[in-house]
Amino acid sequence: MLKKVSTIPFRGTAEQEAQLKAVIEENRHDKSMLMHVMQQAQQIYGYLPFEVQVMIADGMGLPLEKVYGVSTFYAQFALSPKGTYHISVCLGTACYVKGAQEVLDKVCETLHCGPEECTEDGRFSVTACRCIGACGLAPVMMINDDVYGKLTADEIPGILQKYMD
Amino acid sequence: MYRSHVLVCGGTGCTSANSPAIIQALEEQIAEKGLSDEIKVVQTGCHGLCALGPIMIVYPEGCFYSEVKVEDVPEIVEEHLLKGRIVKRLLYDDTVHHDIVKSIESTDFYKKQKRVALRNCGVIDPENIDEYIAYDGYQALAKCLTEYTPEQVIQIIKDSGLRGRGGGGFPTGRKWELAAMNKADQKYVVCNADEGDPGAFMDRSVLEGDPHCIVEAMAICGYAVGATEGYIYVRAEYPIAVNRLEIAIRQAREYGLLGKNIFDSGFDFDLHIRLGAGAFVCGEETALMTSIEGNRGEPRPRPPYPAVKGLFGKPTTENNVETFANVPQIILKGAEWFASMGTERSKGTKVFALGGKIKNTGLVEIPMGTTLREIVEEIGGGIPGGKKFKAAQTGGPSGGCIPASLMDTEIDYDNLTAIGCMMGSGGLIVMDEDNCMVDIAKFFLEFTVDESCGKCSPCRIGTKRMMEILEKITSGKGTLEDIDKLEELAYYIKQNSLCGLGQTAPNPVLATLKFFRDEYIAHVVDKKCPAGVCKALLNYYIDAEKCIGCGLCARACPVGAISGEIRKPHTIDTSKCIKCGACVEKCKKMQAIKKK
Repeated sequence: MLKKVSTIPFRGTAEQEAQLKAVIEENRHDKSMLMHVMQQAQQIYGYLPFEVQVMIADGMGLPLEKVYGVSTFYAQFALSPKGTYHISVCLGTACYVKGAQEVLDKVCETLHCGPEECTEDGRFSVTACRCIGACGLAPVMMINDDVYGKLTADEIPGILQKYMD
Repeated sequence: MYRSHVLVCGGTGCTSANSPAIIQALEEQIAEKGLSDEIKVVQTGCHGLCALGPIMIVYPEGCFYSEVKVEDVPEIVEEHLLKGRIVKRLLYDDTVHHDIVKSIESTDFYKKQKRVALRNCGVIDPENIDEYIAYDGYQALAKCLTEYTPEQVIQIIKDSGLRGRGGGGFPTGRKWELAAMNKADQKYVVCNADEGDPGAFMDRSVLEGDPHCIVEAMAICGYAVGATEGYIYVRAEYPIAVNRLEIAIRQAREYGLLGKNIFDSGFDFDLHIRLGAGAFVCGEETALMTSIEGNRGEPRPRPPYPAVKGLFGKPTTENNVETFANVPQIILKGAEWFASMGTERSKGTKVFALGGKIKNTGLVEIPMGTTLREIVEEIGGGIPGGKKFKAAQTGGPSGGCIPASLMDTEIDYDNLTAIGCMMGSGGLIVMDEDNCMVDIAKFFLEFTVDESCGKCSPCRIGTKRMMEILEKITSGKGTLEDIDKLEELAYYIKQNSLCGLGQTAPNPVLATLKFFRDEYIAHVVDKKCPAGVCKALLNYYIDAEKCIGCGLCARACPVGAISGEIRKPHTIDTSKCIKCGACVEKCKKMQAIKKK
């Protein structure tokens, strides 16, 4: 899976670093906890910038190559920051046969932003996600934690409008 | 004692449709009326009928309310709970017959179902161990530890005929036996809850609706194979399931059902949860173990099999969630009971996630051997909008499709394999005449190309080449030779890939080629997409009888392809048309612009 790597400068705070250090300290004895540490790091920072991966590699006593390898292997690990509103359009089979592609196209068209990208103002990011298991509501889209089901492409501009101002 | 129980579904579908707000409103309003001591609100797991969520069932009457909204709560509290008058307008249509309320079990959706793996889903509160125990929970574990030897437990599972529900269909008892035979200082039990097949959500529903049964089954497995530790590898995308599993493990530890010396038998067992991070290949057992160890989830060559050298290099038994969910019932009710359901070589039941173009989307559990026709037409309620059934897709990206001509196939492992399909984890997506089979094959291949881990070249490069051929075909540039090349490549990849992902990746293409070759031919010879899906092969035209000549479409067209006099039918110049669909949007009211 090809990943977009962010060029936005790293803006981590001392507080975030302290949180990450605590997580590393708790798990450093067990190398199999690497993914758990990275998941926690992503919770703290929102994504896994290069600087954070270096901290994890040093803290866990693992080569950076290993951390980078894991971060690029799994879809969940983001190397670019997400927008304030993160939109995931489900492209699972049940959603796809009910027109999820049209929904995704409409979202991208409305926001002028491709899938796996963030809008220039950092407000929205769009991703085509794997099945979220809400097939009864197909096609489904999530904006942060809000779920929108049984969508049609026509409804998209109206829904997005709510998040624009 | 409560005089009434209100069960509100807290499965993913219903939660997405706002059931938590309904529960909160119910509790508040019940408290306001001073009924908190008389009426209990329970958040349950999935009831299966996700299409009609949020679902609420009120006992003792057994009223099945569907598509409940927060605004309906005052009426339910005031009318039903306070005055005892059923709110008829909210009842699920199929439960009302000539004004008489029927039980939910008698509706078409539930009548043919037999719930074994899902027996507690929608019945108990999954966050309360006492409710699970009240429904015979942990009795199977007690029975194993106090009455049976590990060998006897394995024999019962073998006799039951239970086979792996994750897709492969390997006999579960045999799997346990292999791990039990290997001597080691440490062995592991792993539960595969990395449900990656798009459109399948039965494992999620079991974990959310009945997490304790997985905990219990894993402990039984641990006892049988001689393992003292277990790992549950669950998708991070399933936060509710993860949360309920954590609660279940904590409660089981408190009750001494996990930990040291369980039931005073000297048997120790404990569980850990590991979260996946979104890689489909991790559903493959060796890749899953590599991932638990903290690595890129790449599969390993077999042999050595996990039963010999699995997680952390130790003998490991891995089963899928639904497989485990059957285990406690088999122990309690006996192997004969389980073997009495199903077909000759596929015993028991199977849960299917019905989705796509079907009325009753949701989860159904049926005895093996039920025909596809029964599932689609009776349980599923048929296809909405009077459209024609075209095919059902099973097994997700590893599976194939069943065309209308084979609708009377009895569904079990061997019958599906025989027609070039696969049981898979149980996603069953129904497609109608509006779905293009070439496009569907492309959709699944796109998925596997994306999810191929890249370790072996047949899968990494081969699927990519297949994808390119399919793109060529769907964009109208394909030739008949391309179809042959596609087929040849498919067989090559099947034979030479390292793991299950690559070995099954060409299945959707092969199955659609087998049953819908004419559609492929239509794409390459006639340059037409019969279902009207593949954009490059479509031409827009204006229906002269419907067009009122308003000119909206001509103004919307970005390339000036539409012309015509005002108040007279317009026409589209297909040589200029870029098929953006902007004109169709503008013509919503008249619907005069069509594609063919």
